[in-house]
Amino acid sequence: MILITVGMQLGFDRLIRAMDRIQPDFGIDFVAQTGPTSYVPSNMSSKAQFGPAEFEELASRAALIVSHAGIGTVLLARRLLKPIVLMPRRAGLGEHRNDHQLSTAAQLTGRRGIFVAVDETELRNAVTLGLACGPIEHEISPTLDRLQTVVAGFVTSGQLR
Amino acid sequence: MLLMQDFPSCDLRFATTDSDQAAHSGKVKVLSLPDCNLTQPINALRCAVVSLGHVWRIRPHVVVSTGAAPGFFCILWGRILGAQVLWIDSIANAERISLSGRLAMLVGAKCLTQWEHLADDAHIQFRGSVL
Repeated sequence: MILITVGMQLGFDRLIRAMDRIQPDFGIDFVAQTGPTSYVPSNMSSKAQFGPAEFEELASRAALIVSHAGIGTVLLARRLLKPIVLMPRRAGLGEHRNDHQLSTAAQLTGRRGIFVAVDETELRNAVTLGLACGPIEHEISPTLDRLQTVVAGFVTSGQLR
Repeated sequence: MLLMQDFPSCDLRFATTDSDQAAHSGKVKVLSLPDCNLTQPINALRCAVVSLGHVWRIRPHVVVSTGAAPGFFCILWGRILGAQVLWIDSIANAERISLSGRLAMLVGAKCLTQWEHLADDAHIQFRGSVL
């Protein structure tokens, strides 16, 4: 199963429609959290918003997560050791307030288990690569320890060391 | 939450716009904030009032926020009421520091970015990231 999510706040029909279009080529179930939208997919089950437990359960079962380039979903995929395909929202198409998702996607390109589709034309290829990738290995941010230590230091001393 | 793993000696509260999610991850002391962004004055005002209520009642010694606008309000009230305040700009902001982050800097919060290229080592520093 592939889980598609665009967050809960804003719809992202460009991604939902493109995934709906390519579903028949893959022969596995697609499940989508669409956010607010009037579009009803014909090849996949969908819901505007899943509850946290249900969403977590879907994400755990998924072979691949396909998402807008939202960092929350990237962190979720990392935690569950799932490969993820990212397609950034574009401000010019009214999909977000600014183009920060383009930067996020650009900076994450090439990391293990992360596949970026700059737009819908690259989606089929990215999904194919993501499915072929399989579960990723546990990978902790090389700098997370340091950040946690700095935050802990701030809590006790009020200073950044 | 990822950043606040082990503080057994501290009385921790998580203020969040998504208390379902917070409850789901097992953190018990959760405070709800209405979601807002700084381009919606009415929602922002409501969030400012609710966050002032929380900060006023709790009088935290330390406020740490990763954003966004609701987090900024907690930083602002924390700063005014004498807390040590730390802003950690969300890793989602890879291009520039968020508006809320720039405001946090303006009110004198200590500030971190999670992208090395955005640090200027004067007002905002890089000390690692969650990804």
